[in-house]
Amino acid sequence: MTYTALAITGVIVALTTDYFIARTRLIRTKRFWTSYAIIIFFQLITNWWLTSRNIVMYSPDAIIGIRIASAPAEDLLFGFALVTLVLVLWDKPDQ
Amino acid sequence: MEKFGYVAMIAFTICGSFWLEIIFKVGVLRRWKRALSSILPIAMIFIGWDAYAIKQGHWFFDRDQIIGVFGPFGIPFEEYLFFIFVPVAALMTIEAVVKVKPHWGRK
Repeated sequence: MTYTALAITGVIVALTTDYFIARTRLIRTKRFWTSYAIIIFFQLITNWWLTSRNIVMYSPDAIIGIRIASAPAEDLLFGFALVTLVLVLWDKPDQ
Repeated sequence: MEKFGYVAMIAFTICGSFWLEIIFKVGVLRRWKRALSSILPIAMIFIGWDAYAIKQGHWFFDRDQIIGVFGPFGIPFEEYLFFIFVPVAALMTIEAVVKVKPHWGRK
């Protein structure tokens, strides 16, 4: 699978886990989206650092080629999946 | 100094989030067991993803800009730090948001 396919899968898994499996339904809360807005702002800065300096590089074959702040768009999906899944587990400690 | 390029990003993430512990008393570090049990399962999945992506050549690292220590699966040490401290920053962020807007909190 390409990074693109995996990243889209990651977002679907995160949304499904939040909404249907854990039923935390963070995606319906203001606290989640406000936090995510803050997080994505800093992600764009750190992504730019890592990619514009070529600390991390990507195979052109693995990505669709859209770049945001120098990083592949897929990175934003990757970050969303990572952050959302952790917040879901944090929100549901006593299952 | 060049080899600290990636570590600098981790340090930035820690500096940008840990002050929330002091100013907003978010209590993520105090609840470290709950934090780890939220982070580690997800970190392990993403380390698996990372291992696959590195093996497939989806992404790769400039060896001059990492400290040069590698963990399991040939993953740079910085990546392991990434999958711990980025989630910690996310937890501190949402807890700080709830501190500022308590009525957005729990349920």
